[in-house]
Amino acid sequence: MHAFWQVVSSPEAVAALKLTFGAAFVVVLINILFGTVTAWVLVRDEFPGKSLVNAVIDLPFALPTIVAGLTLLALYGPSSPVGAHVAYTRGAIVLALCFVTLPFVVRTVQPVLLELDTEMEEAARSLGAGSFTVFRRIVLPNILPGILSGAVLALARALGEIGSIIVISGNNPYHTEVASVFIFNQIQSGYPSYAAAVAVVLLGSAFVLLLAVGALRFYYTRHERA
Amino acid sequence: MLRRLGLRTVALGYLVVILLAPLAMVFYRTFESGLEPVWKVLSDPGTVHAFKVTLIATAIAVPLNTVFGILCGLAIVRRRFRGKGLLNAFIDLPLAVSPVVIGLSLYLLYGRTGWFGTWLSEHGFQVLFAMPAIVLATIFVSVPFVAREVIPTLRELGNEQEQAAATLGASRWQRFWRITLPSIRWAVIYGVVLTTARCLGEYGAVAVVSGRIVDKTETATTLVEDLTLNFNTAGAYAVSLVLATIAVLVLVAMTLIRPREGRA
Repeated sequence: MHAFWQVVSSPEAVAALKLTFGAAFVVVLINILFGTVTAWVLVRDEFPGKSLVNAVIDLPFALPTIVAGLTLLALYGPSSPVGAHVAYTRGAIVLALCFVTLPFVVRTVQPVLLELDTEMEEAARSLGAGSFTVFRRIVLPNILPGILSGAVLALARALGEIGSIIVISGNNPYHTEVASVFIFNQIQSGYPSYAAAVAVVLLGSAFVLLLAVGALRFYYTRHERA
Repeated sequence: MLRRLGLRTVALGYLVVILLAPLAMVFYRTFESGLEPVWKVLSDPGTVHAFKVTLIATAIAVPLNTVFGILCGLAIVRRRFRGKGLLNAFIDLPLAVSPVVIGLSLYLLYGRTGWFGTWLSEHGFQVLFAMPAIVLATIFVSVPFVAREVIPTLRELGNEQEQAAATLGASRWQRFWRITLPSIRWAVIYGVVLTTARCLGEYGAVAVVSGRIVDKTETATTLVEDLTLNFNTAGAYAVSLVLATIAVLVLVAMTLIRPREGRA
């Protein structure tokens, strides 16, 4: 226990964990915003090529993460053709995580929106509610469970991600080294016990998040069962 | 109308910046200097071997996890037993835990001083830094997909048809092959597609336990990283292109299967 605490509180481990959790929270917020908008557009909007866009959403699930990292490096790396060189910075980590977590919120909000009848919204509008009020008072409460469970899944994924990050972050200790890369490096340098200590922290967070998803599912479906 | 257009632009713009533009860039970069360098990398014995290792691991992991996923789904939906809730929650574990942590757990178990590793090495089996470890890691990370697809379909299906068959004298085995399996087949296929994609693309867990010995335990994904680190960017792009093409094919399969799954 003492040894565990010593590793976990070492400056390099603390920096890695802080960065991991910080980046993951930023990415989850981005996902909540863009994921909800994307799901809304896919359900309520009509435009040519919509089914293609719908299919493309799952790309991060199909593409190997290391390839995802390399694709981002090709466009946003040192030889970026658009002049957006963000590789080897913390911004690159956020970018990589946005890529791999993109489908979660979209795929949990989309089915809820599909089921949601527009009658309630039309009624509200006929009573004089503005678009924002309709969204806040009617749409949002209905899709909130979807947003939350998608956000938790995205958070879990972001905390553990390595493949897409390792090629684009530079893995600079104290600056751009995330927890999973820290674990990886400790194993490679022959300190599996150091790696295990930080792994326990990630494992603990994963358990908590799994419980959270289970609790959300239970809480929101108990009315249906009754 | 204007607001609708605005939201559409935001959503599509985000997709282009995060997903599509980078992917298009890889295709462009790969063929920037013609086909010849691409072919040179892909026909290199090391590359061929790396793909072979990945394919072998996938070929072992996918059937195992398919059978396991169907059995797990049946157990969770149709049976009552102690610890069912726990099993249901634990199936998702490989999705929530970092692949590196999964790799580390295998490393600690099968390493020279690990619980299983000591006994195995005394009897002449090498697991870590060899094929068995790669297969184990691949199986571990791809466990949940079939079960996750099968469970909701089984729930929707109910068991009236099976009960009817049972009253007509069908054995348990006949009921499974004639009724249950055909009803959930699209869910199974969808799960298999997802499992295959995950197996081919696994990096974190495999990188920890494989040892990445060229021509021995190097896989397609670890090869991409090694090529990148050795500044063989053209090579890394070429191998990535093959993996990305497989991903696009997976995507097409997913799109074709999903509507049928909904109907079944």
